Amino acid sequence: MENTATNIEKIQDKETDGYQGIDERPVVYKLNNLKVHFPVHQKLMNRFKKDYQVKTVKAVDGINLTIRQGETIGIAGESGCGKSTLAKTLVKLVEPTSGEIIFNGKDLKDIGRTDNKAFRKQAQMVFQDPYESLNPRFSIRQTLEESLKIHGMKSKSKRTERILETLTMVGLRPAEKYIDRYPHELSGGQRQRVAIARALVIRPTFLVADEPVSMLDVSIRASILNLIMKLVKELDLASVYISHDLSLIRYVCEKTAIMYLGRIVEFGDTEEIIKNPLHPYSQALLEAVPNTVPKEDGIMISLDDEAPNPIDLPTGCRFHPRCKFATEICKQRDPKVNNVNGRLVECHLYNEQSMEQTS
Amino acid sequence: MTNSLLEIKNLRTCYKSLDGLVWAVDDVSFTIEPGETLGLVGESGCGKTTIIKSIMRLLPRGAFSSGEISLKGTNLLDLSIPEMRKVRWDKISIISQSAMNALDPVYKVGDQIGEAIRTHTTATKTDAWKRAEELFALVGIDKARLNEYPHQFSGGMRQRAIIAMALALNPDVIVADEPTTALDVVVQAQILKRIRDLQKKMNSSMIMVTHDISVVAETCQKVVVMYAGKVVESGSVKDVFENPYHPYTMGLKNAFPNIKGDKFDLISIPGYPPDLADPPKGCRFADRCPFASDICFVEQPASEEVKVGHMVACHHIDSIDEIREQAKKHDTWAKLDKELA
Repeated sequence: MENTATNIEKIQDKETDGYQGIDERPVVYKLNNLKVHFPVHQKLMNRFKKDYQVKTVKAVDGINLTIRQGETIGIAGESGCGKSTLAKTLVKLVEPTSGEIIFNGKDLKDIGRTDNKAFRKQAQMVFQDPYESLNPRFSIRQTLEESLKIHGMKSKSKRTERILETLTMVGLRPAEKYIDRYPHELSGGQRQRVAIARALVIRPTFLVADEPVSMLDVSIRASILNLIMKLVKELDLASVYISHDLSLIRYVCEKTAIMYLGRIVEFGDTEEIIKNPLHPYSQALLEAVPNTVPKEDGIMISLDDEAPNPIDLPTGCRFHPRCKFATEICKQRDPKVNNVNGRLVECHLYNEQSMEQTS
Repeated sequence: MTNSLLEIKNLRTCYKSLDGLVWAVDDVSFTIEPGETLGLVGESGCGKTTIIKSIMRLLPRGAFSSGEISLKGTNLLDLSIPEMRKVRWDKISIISQSAMNALDPVYKVGDQIGEAIRTHTTATKTDAWKRAEELFALVGIDKARLNEYPHQFSGGMRQRAIIAMALALNPDVIVADEPTTALDVVVQAQILKRIRDLQKKMNSSMIMVTHDISVVAETCQKVVVMYAGKVVESGSVKDVFENPYHPYTMGLKNAFPNIKGDKFDLISIPGYPPDLADPPKGCRFADRCPFASDICFVEQPASEEVKVGHMVACHHIDSIDEIREQAKKHDTWAKLDKELA
């Protein structure tokens, strides 16, 4: 395991240096073999059995990732693949089991209570459901002002000025009209704009958006996606965009990581992954995305079952029970990360190709 | 079109609210032939769910509908409540929006399906259970799981159980109200495929209510595009999506991300839908439409047939080529966005 971890790191460094030209943008996040495991509650009597074992859900199981300033990374996968856990771990809402998260050169583990505030000022999150993530008894002013107060902006006029500026930025214009409204007076799209404003009002350097448009109407999605893209560019943020729908990720992210049961199975340029997915799981995920072109012959899907239970993971490659290319080796050995033309693919199919490349 | 399975004519549904009467559905007509799937598309609040509730006669107290909803010649709006109760589930069944809430958490799934069967037929408990087993085989769930409770099912399986329930009595029409909104893309594709296959096998008709035009493109033959309680465009899916006539349909297409082909910029429709308590006098889309002229603000457009079965309600059908060309450009919509702000 340790071995593969250093391996990935090497390849990722090589990838960013060799394949895309030297990326000089400062690294904001560096994840090294990050693991988040949750213990599973078991019957009390089981504890007295001889073969008692603590079972865990391996939500995130060995992830390596580098996020640079001004870069948006998309994380895609089915429900239950650990993408939301990863997001929460990044902003320190969940503690990692092992591995390290380096944020601006500092390990998150070393950030104590006092520094926590400083960390939270820099890393913010937008949640999935704008109907639940806003306090219905807070007006928009109160919602946005709270974090400013906590982070020590004492002057009231300055706070109001900042709130108005942020509301204008997220497209709630004229801001004066919206500032004293309550969430129930807003539509879903407007609420999500408020949620984005709340995350940005303290001017963070890092933003995680966890399926920010999945609860919204398709017609409103486009404007929210465009807004996120614009803000990331304007404020030069590093950001992570999480979604199960690759068609949305395509519009927001430069690079995409496809996650399956706690691991990144493919990582690379978004457009290239969409045009030519390498990992069998990425191919299946792309096939599942619905299309606006009407067709007569019906929907093509290759995944007709559900993901295996993350408590009892299959041996070898995690995808092998659902994979149509699976061979004997997939059942026995964990696949290593292969670098295929600058794309990282965790699959046995590409073992030889990668060797040719290195030789 | 006299022998249509379900014919909706000039349906108007009204809610009473504190601000006065709200005509959530205003003069809507469409028909469904046997074995056909019809997609009902529109933003939230455009009245698509209200149409479904009107058909099922499940409107809340204080709401009323006028017009005609005829199923095989009987007007559902004229039926008494006990008569209507017989129609529901037996003739028209519904796959509801959130699979999480549609099943009762304290009863076994098999008992819930059995209950629906036994209420409408003379089947015994064992017969009903057998039927439930058949249905589960049809939707691809192991029959042993009929003995389980809803919380033991995953989201996709719950939705499949609801589909099984909707198919229980071989209804003429199945209504699916956003069947896949809460699910991820992989499960969504599985469910849509299943619905489509089953519907073909059983040759029942279906109304698919959704805001997602790709779901309609994947499953339906006909589509009705709604905006603020009115039908703006209807016709075969191929005609409407490939050659849209109404600017709203074009706007919806622009706003929709696509995974196939080259990447294009997403263009959102500026502004918000009108308040239905005080609807605009002219075309309801006029204030968000970049092509609106004076007449659009004064007079409601009548529905015109541009091709066999393709109806459009717009004043500017004549200059369609130019509108289509303009609608693809970002500036056209952006200009309007600035004006609205």
